[in-house]
This record gives sequence, structure tokens and C-alpha cells, in this order.
Amino acid sequence: MKIVLEHLTKKFPSRNKKSRGEVIAVNDFTFEIPDGKLVGLLGPSGCGKSTTLNLISGLLAPTEGKIFFGGDEVTKLPPENRGVGLVFQNYALYPHLTVLKNIMFPLENLRGAAKLSKEEMTKRAFEAAKLVQIEELMDRKPKELSGGQQQRVAIARALVKMPRVLLLDEPLSNLDARLRLQTREEIRRIQHQTQITTVFVTHDQDEAMSISDLIVVMRDGLIQQIGAPQEVYDNPVNLFVAKFLGTPPINVFSGRVEKGMLFIGQDAVLAVPGVPEGKVNIGIRPEGFIPREDGPLTCSFLRLEVMGRDMSIISENKYCESSVRAIINAEKMDFHTGIIHFALKPQKVFLFREEDGARIFLP
Amino acid sequence: MEKQNKKAWLYLLPAFLFLAVFMIYPLIDVLVYSVEEGYNSASQTFFGVGGYNYSYVLHDPYFLQALKNTFLLVIITVPLSTALALLISVGLSSIRALRDLLQTIYFLPYVTNTLAVGLVFMILFKKTAYSDGLINLLLHWFGSPSIDFIEGPYWAKMFVLCFYTIWVVLPFKILILTSALASVNQDYYNAARVDGTRRGRIFWRITLPMISPMIFYLVITGFIGAFKAYNDAVALFGTNLNAAGMNTIVGYVYDMLYGDSGGYPSYASAAAILLFVIVLTITCINLLVSKKHVHY
Amino acid sequence: MEKDYLKIEKSAKRDRTIRNIFIYTMLIFWSFLVLFPFYWMVLTSLKSYGTYNAEYIPKFFTLSPTLQNYADAFTTVSLGRYLLNTLIFTVITTALMLLVTTLAAFAFARLEFRGKNLVFTLFLALMMIPNELVIITNFVTITDAGLRNTFAGLILPSVTSVFYIYLLRENFAQIPDELYYAAKVDGTTNLRYLCRVMLPICRPTLITIAILKVIECWNSYVWPRLITDNADYYLVSNGIQEIRENGFGRENIPAMMAAVVVISLPLIALFLVFRKKIMAGVSRGGMKG
Repeated sequence: MKIVLEHLTKKFPSRNKKSRGEVIAVNDFTFEIPDGKLVGLLGPSGCGKSTTLNLISGLLAPTEGKIFFGGDEVTKLPPENRGVGLVFQNYALYPHLTVLKNIMFPLENLRGAAKLSKEEMTKRAFEAAKLVQIEELMDRKPKELSGGQQQRVAIARALVKMPRVLLLDEPLSNLDARLRLQTREEIRRIQHQTQITTVFVTHDQDEAMSISDLIVVMRDGLIQQIGAPQEVYDNPVNLFVAKFLGTPPINVFSGRVEKGMLFIGQDAVLAVPGVPEGKVNIGIRPEGFIPREDGPLTCSFLRLEVMGRDMSIISENKYCESSVRAIINAEKMDFHTGIIHFALKPQKVFLFREEDGARIFLP
Repeated sequence: MEKQNKKAWLYLLPAFLFLAVFMIYPLIDVLVYSVEEGYNSASQTFFGVGGYNYSYVLHDPYFLQALKNTFLLVIITVPLSTALALLISVGLSSIRALRDLLQTIYFLPYVTNTLAVGLVFMILFKKTAYSDGLINLLLHWFGSPSIDFIEGPYWAKMFVLCFYTIWVVLPFKILILTSALASVNQDYYNAARVDGTRRGRIFWRITLPMISPMIFYLVITGFIGAFKAYNDAVALFGTNLNAAGMNTIVGYVYDMLYGDSGGYPSYASAAAILLFVIVLTITCINLLVSKKHVHY
Repeated sequence: MEKDYLKIEKSAKRDRTIRNIFIYTMLIFWSFLVLFPFYWMVLTSLKSYGTYNAEYIPKFFTLSPTLQNYADAFTTVSLGRYLLNTLIFTVITTALMLLVTTLAAFAFARLEFRGKNLVFTLFLALMMIPNELVIITNFVTITDAGLRNTFAGLILPSVTSVFYIYLLRENFAQIPDELYYAAKVDGTTNLRYLCRVMLPICRPTLITIAILKVIECWNSYVWPRLITDNADYYLVSNGIQEIRENGFGRENIPAMMAAVVVISLPLIALFLVFRKKIMAGVSRGGMKG
């Protein structure tokens, strides 16, 4: 099922009683989620990603704009008629019902022609349980399950009615680090197996990057960038996106363009022909540094951090917002002290306008 | 941490003194009273020890009347008020406009003097030589003959008593249930809505089990409170409840102790202990039933 | 999946409207039932004696309101006296209760002494004892001590409440131990720690139990009735009963209603001012009866 959002806007009355303004949680959203894809809505908390999810599910009604599922407009349709499966951040499993009863719950709501027999419901529930590999837990109550198991039950409950769209709200945030890695692979697998169009919300860029077909980066209710994870990482449209994606984070320098050359302090680090002169912000990915005796960028060495396969060189440059982190292959290790010189990989260096952080593309 | 025996007991001393004199000693004393036969409060003497007081109380027509009244009151008002409170709370939680105002209004009876407002109810229901009263006026509109609810037939008096009791206990129940409903995580309802669950089913399968501990708490305290009913009856029918045939167990205890028919602390004690046993039994039954049906 | 989406939208909207109408009707009907006695009480208190008794069919409003009944209520019976008595009774009882309760709760929550757990368990067991069971002996005790028709007799048995000690102890116990140790290191005495640290932190609970106690005192009827037969020591509840049976003459209902209004007003005013606090307090620890 293809999902199309058209000029979608959601305003909330301000909670601040003194100023009776409005908060725009989602601002003029337009984008299209292709059929059968796994899409991650990514952004810091308060950026409107959960609101967007709730607009798609129908739990919230948009202030303006339209939502289409396939060819049908569903903007004003109540959630139960949209055929969506929703997994909540805290799972919202009914604590007084067993796992089996929880999973069967949506099926018991079906009426009329769609009504199922008891056996049929049990069969479907077990199919869903099998998909998420929890068949042996069916008689337990939710509080007897671990966080990861509860998560699977929640997904099974969302899938059992064969929704056209699966929505996941921060599905991994309540799990510990190890389970998180495992469960995100699991979500990917289930999505592949079922081919249901899936939208999930997260504030963790790692999570979004690793399993999404498409990520939507949001900030303050506005879409910043939409694209495949690698594409967004390699080609951020603004400083916010560049800083939000990538661990360790991008290094940001203030510099200037003069006569086709990019300067950081007195160092002319890169040729940037055709870029208008003036001050710029420069983002350099940690993997964009090459330590070389004749490299143009000069930093003073602070320390080394070895992380197994890779190694970080932490150094200092007074034009950088923080300390400079460069990641290089640990095998190439040779010891540095004092002043260190870097050459830069041009494709890992991004220029942004100083005023608004918009990307300056090289002509 | 070092022990602070002396200091600690010093802090506890006032509470202990009060409790010892006004709670622990009376507790023992009431048992003693209840088995002292033929106790004379003037000379403070008694003939012997035995179960006669209990037997007297259990054969006293006034006590039996009080027992019947109290049981009727309990059986009628506890389920009715709990159900009504549930209905109102659910209604309250599903609206936004006027909600604060209505909540405030519903709570008003809690802070009013039961005796004082009882007088208003009496006037509304009472039929006098001068006027049939407002309720009878309403009855006339529906073509019914007038009824004296205060000094008339038994069922009419019982109706007023139950009505007033419900009016008095409802604020507390509404308050407890509204906050119980508000504490149910909204996600459960959202999950159910997305799954296309109908309203009725959401209520029976999700809301009710979620707030069942609170409902159960209200049923237990409701039973205990209703068994101790007294003030409401006095407010409506005056202090001479035996004459009105509307006495309650607690009223019987007080009447035995003091007032026109008073001076019999032994009978009062026996009746009070009987009441305690009844309440304890019912509470235990409640607890057993709840084990099966209440989800925690 | 062919569905008539427009139809579904419409029927959902219609259902919502019908439901709202039903809910509001029910809620407003009940609020009417709650408010009507209050309205009737004020209305009747404003009708003159003559007007009221001339109305065979009671009227829902009055065109000639009079305050005469209020004057009567204060002059014919000693309503002012009852109000004053109740005020004295309420204030002293609540203050004593707070003092005793706080000290006991502090000992249970903060101090270590031998047999603490056993004593506290016995304490909790006392919560199950209904007032009706002990009131008989208390009546005899107070009578024997010659305290009938005194404030001491009225107040003393109402001072302690096991439930409030329990409530406050639970609240005290939530304050982290580190605070206590830090205060001890600084050489703070127990009493000072209680007053300067614990009480301010637990103020909401203290206010809650104070409010509950005030409501309880203001409306108490049974104990005052047993212990006072001199009208000089009547509290409002007994005053009302007295007015009903012997005051004004049985038929002066407007004057009676004026007295009822005067008696009900203080608590209602208190409630309207501290609405949020009272409702939160009652839902945390309130029981009536």
C-alpha cells in the first residue's frame, strides 16, 4: 500500500496558558511512501515524528492537508477503518489478558462478513506468533515477559489482522542495547517477510540508518531531507542533517572561501572552484581525514582512542566547535605527537552557509 | 544506625497514650461488657458472665428491624451507587467542555453536613398539613397520588433513605473512579481504537479490568460504610428511629447506650460486636471474590 | 478493498454526536439532582414564614426575598454559639491531631528502636477497628471522668487516627535516608530535622490530613451527641437536630433552612477556595463513614 501525505499540517493549541498561541507539530508535509518499503521517521524529540505517525494511524486528525492510502483518501476516516497496525512505544499490551488473548483481541472485533470462528482466530494468532517467534509464550501474562518478548507480542498483535500499513512508534527505545540490535534485525526480517508498508519513528539515527529503505529526517515539524540512508549520509542538505546523522558525529569548523580556496584559519585545505567568497561552516566526516606529513590542515594532537578495527585520533583546532575526531584504520597506526597534519577526502567535506546552515553545493 | 529507644518512645508516647485509653482499653472493655449479664450502670454491678446479652439483642424486635433496615440499605445502595458512579465517571472522562465545573458540582455533597442537608431532603419529601411537598407535586404531574415519604409506608421511607445515602456517598466514588480512569494509559485505548474495537467492548474488556482494583476498593469501603449507616437516617427521620421503624444497627447501639431507651452498655456492646462480626465476614467474602475477578 | 469511505465517515460522525448528547444529558441531569437541594435550601431560607406556609403548592422562586429568617436563626436559637463551639472543637482537634500524628509517624519512619516492626504491625491492625466498637467504653470513660459537656471530653477521643499516622509515615519514608545522615553529620537534632526538613517536604500530605480532619470534625455528630446534653456545648450537627426537634417550633421551616445555609456555608466556601487540594487529598486518603 502506497501512502501519500499532501500538505499535511497539525497544529496544537499551546499548553502555555499565558500566550494562547499554537504549536505547529507538523508543518506542510508532503511525501510519498512507496509500497512495501520500510521507512524511518527520524528526528530529535519534539520534532513532530510521533504526531506524523498518529496522523497516519488516524488517532489524530490533521489541521490541514490530506492522506491517501493507495488511491483512497483516508484523511477523515476513523482509525479502525484504515487497516493499520500500530505498535506503541510502551507496547500497550493489555496486562490482564494472556499473550494469546492479546494477539486475538483485534480479531475478536471483526463483525459481519469478516467475523471469524474461534478456531480461525486461534490459528491466525498462532501464525502471527510464529512470525515473531513467540509461540511458546502464548499462555503467559505480559508482565511475565521480558521487554523484548513484549515487543514481539505487540508486533504480533499489530500484524494479526493483516494490516495494510504497519506503524511502529519508537519500537526499540525501551530495550537494552543488546536487545535493540537483535530486535531491529527482527523488524527488518518481519517486514521483508510480510512486505507490509512499514513506518517507524525513532530518534536514534543508527537505528534508522541500519534498517530503513528510506529515511525522513525531521526537525521542528519540517521535513529536512528524504532519501535512502546512505544517500542522506553522503549528501546532507543542511548542517542539521549532517550533524544529526553519523556516529561519531561530523566535525564542524568555521572557515571561509577565498579565491576558490577553502580556508580553516590560515590553512588552505581544499580547492573549491566556483563557490562564492565569504564565511562558511565546514563539516568533515571523521573518516574524511588522511594523516599525512604534507597535509594542509594543522591540528595539535591530544590523544588516541583505539576501538578494535578502527582508531580515532583526537586533536585540537581552534576553528572547530569541539575537538577534532578523525577515524583511520588501526593497522596504519603510526605514533604522532605534537602537531599533526591532515589531508581531506573531498567527498567527505561539506560546506554550509553560515546564516542558515543550508548546504553549498560545489558547482 | 544506633538504637534510639528512649527518644523513639518519647515521640510515640502521645499517640500511645491516646490509643491506649481510647482504643485498646475500650476494645477489651467492650468484650467484657458484652458478656456481663444484668449489668447495672448506676451501681456498676452484674450478676454473672454469659451469652445472655447476645441472645437478648438477637431476640429484640428493634434489633431485628434495624438489621433488616441495614441489610436492605446495603444491598440497595452499594451496587446502585457504585454503578451510578461508574456511569457518571465514564461520562465525565469522555467529555472536555464543562468537565471541571461538573466535577466540582458532583463533589459538593462530600463537604456538606449530612445532618443539615438531610433536613432539606426531609422537607422535599415530607407531606404536611400545609403542603404535600415538592416531590409529591412532581408525582401529581405524573398522575400519582401523594405519598408521605417521611412518615408514610415503609417502602417509601426506605426509598428516601437509599436515595439520600446514594446522594451522600456518590461524590467520593465519582472522585475515586474519575482519577482511576484518568490513570489508565491512553495508549491502551488508542491500541484498541486502531484495532477497531467498539466502545462497549473497550469498556468491558479494557476499562473495567484496568480499574477493577479501584471498583473493588469502593465496594469494600461501600459495604463497610453502609453497614455503619446512621447519620443519614437521623437526618431524615429524627433521633427516635425506633419509633419511625427506620433504625440501623449503629443507631440501635447508640440508643441502647444513651437517649430515651439508653443505659444498657452491655446490650450496646453485644450489638456492636455483632455488627463488627457481620462487617468482617462480608469483607472477607469480598476479598475472596475479588481474588478471582480483580486484576492487579 | 472497496469501501464506501464517505459513508463510514458520516456514520462515525453521527454516532459521536448521539453519544455526546446522551452523555451530556445524563451528566447535566445528575448535576441538577446534586444542586437542587442546595437551591431549595437557599430559596426556602429566603421565603418569609407566612409566604412559605401559604404555598400549598411550593413555588420554585420567590419575588419577595427576606433575610428575616437569618436574623431569627441567630436570635431564637443560639446558632452563633454552635458555630463557635464547632470552630473551637475543629481547630483544637485538628491541631492536636497533627502534632500527635507527626511525632508518631516520625518515630516509625525515621527512628530505630527495639520492637519497631512489631509495634507498627499492631498499629496497622488497629486500623480495622471501627469507631462504633470503642465508642461505648469511651462514653463511659468520659462520663466517669466527669468530662461530659466539656471541650476536653469532646476533643480527646478524636485526636488520634491510626490511618493518618500510617499515611504520614509512608510519606516520611519516601524521603531519602541521605538527607537524614547529612543532617546528622551537621549535628542537627532529630526534632530540628523533623521541623526543618521533613515537614516542609511533606507539606502536601499534612495539608491533606488537616483538611480531611476539618471536614470530619465539622460534620461529626454521634460523639458530640453522646457527650453533650447542654446546649452550650452543642456542635452544629447537634444544633441542627436540636433546632429540628425543639427550636423555632416544628413548622418554621424557612428559619430552619436559614440555619442550614449558615452551617453549610463555611465548608462549601473552604471547598471552593481549596478545590484542587481538597479533591486531590480526598482521592489519596479519604473515606467517609
